[in-house]
Amino acid sequence: MMGAVAAAVLVSMALAIFRSIKGPTVYDRILAVNAFGTLTVVLISVYGFLSGRPEFLDLALVYALINFIATIAVSKYVEFSHMGRPSGGDELGDI
Amino acid sequence: MGFMVVIGVAVARLRNLFAVVMLTGIFSLTAAVLYVVLDAVDVAFTEAAVGAGISTVLMLGTLALTTSKEKAHESGSHPWALMLVVVTGMALVYGTLDMPPYGDPTAAIHHHVAPYYLEKSFGHTGLPNVVTSILASYRGYDTLGEVFVIFTAAAGVLLIIGRAKFGRRRTARLAPGELRDSMRQNVILRVVSKLLIPVILLFAFYVQWHGDFGPGGGFQAGVIFAAGFILYALIFDIDTARTMISPRFTRLGLAAGVLLYTLVGVASMLKGGTFLDYSVLADTQVKGQHLGILLVELGVGITVASAMVSIFFTFARQER
Amino acid sequence: MALVLDIVSWGLLGVGAVMMIIGAIGMIRLPDVFARMHGAGIIDTLGLGAIMAGLMIQGGLSIVTVKLGLIVLFVLFTGPTATHALARAALHGGVNPQIDEPDTGVEDKDQGDVSSKT
Repeated sequence: MMGAVAAAVLVSMALAIFRSIKGPTVYDRILAVNAFGTLTVVLISVYGFLSGRPEFLDLALVYALINFIATIAVSKYVEFSHMGRPSGGDELGDI
Repeated sequence: MGFMVVIGVAVARLRNLFAVVMLTGIFSLTAAVLYVVLDAVDVAFTEAAVGAGISTVLMLGTLALTTSKEKAHESGSHPWALMLVVVTGMALVYGTLDMPPYGDPTAAIHHHVAPYYLEKSFGHTGLPNVVTSILASYRGYDTLGEVFVIFTAAAGVLLIIGRAKFGRRRTARLAPGELRDSMRQNVILRVVSKLLIPVILLFAFYVQWHGDFGPGGGFQAGVIFAAGFILYALIFDIDTARTMISPRFTRLGLAAGVLLYTLVGVASMLKGGTFLDYSVLADTQVKGQHLGILLVELGVGITVASAMVSIFFTFARQER
Repeated sequence: MALVLDIVSWGLLGVGAVMMIIGAIGMIRLPDVFARMHGAGIIDTLGLGAIMAGLMIQGGLSIVTVKLGLIVLFVLFTGPTATHALARAALHGGVNPQIDEPDTGVEDKDQGDVSSKT
């Protein structure tokens, strides 16, 4: 049964990849990456159960987190075409 | 693995660089799944945190500074180049045929050092996670080198593009608590981020200390910690975020982590052992190893977090 | 009792798997980027939620269940937020939602005009 679930997740991943390559607009691709990340979380959890190693769940949590942050970063970049514009004249700099 | 081939081909063929960045994100995710299937959880952890998240964000930062369409090459077909690649690939595959099959218990790699580590690690260090004990104790010198590499990379980025920008301020300095107009509308994002960022930082601490018992450790924890601050910088104003973590703080953090690692090594030398021999740090060998590994991982975490934060801020503050 | 729990958990897993495939098919077949976000949302909430619930029942009362619950909570919080950010970006980027005009010939001005709200 778990094998069937894993197979279903793999099929969904393939469909998401198809959308990410094909998607006419940029937003399709971002959406596909986000969905792919969620599918990865599911796949890792199911696989952790299959192989009897529940330490994988930390990993799944990290994926969910990173997936979220990456989607927000990409959305912000696409919307504003920058990721944080400095206001200039800042003697701080980075050094 | 078929996914990775498809994605690889697509990455090479697509001209739109933004799509390429997205596809490399998916590529990293599939690589991480592959590592999970191969039972290498720590590696998958780091690949997830770094490859799928931070790399995508940093590549976007680069895209913001350059164009987003690859120029079409005027290249004809190069049969010689293709032949060369194919021949090299076939030679490599032929070389791997000589290697023992995957998971073969009689393979040479399983006979010399690996069983020693696997058997003796718990006795020497008292940690269930062999990866951490190898990384921090048996091969501690290598890890010191890695931390130095991270430090140098961040320092390099800062030196090359982190110049101070002098000149007139283009927009008014914000009063504390005030938000720019574009961000004021983002109520949902702001509220959710305020809920999530403490949780993320707490999770980073959990991963840092739990690395002795489960997958985790300094590198992964540093990346997650940086991710929390990057989220803050993305949702709120970047200037506000920069006043929260000032450049001096990240500079200090970069150096402090490396310094901590080295000081642990020097301390063990002062106490009579060799460099980075943690056994002499406390009364019993196991306690000494525990203490040493804890401090060393902390140093790694501090440096990695500072490096990621400073690199992100350096990229994000550039103007086109 | 264990059998009932087992059946419920398998049922949830099955539902979750089916929902994933439905969501992914939705992402392929729906005509517009905003409609496709619905597909991704189905994967996020129903798909992941059902599968994790099934796994939680399998795990019994242990730390594994708590961690799975945390994952579900986290994704329930962040999935819609990420989609929201994406939809904002798409709207500001100029993608217009594809709206079906009613073909009765009568001009109906306030039907489904979503692009005026932000």
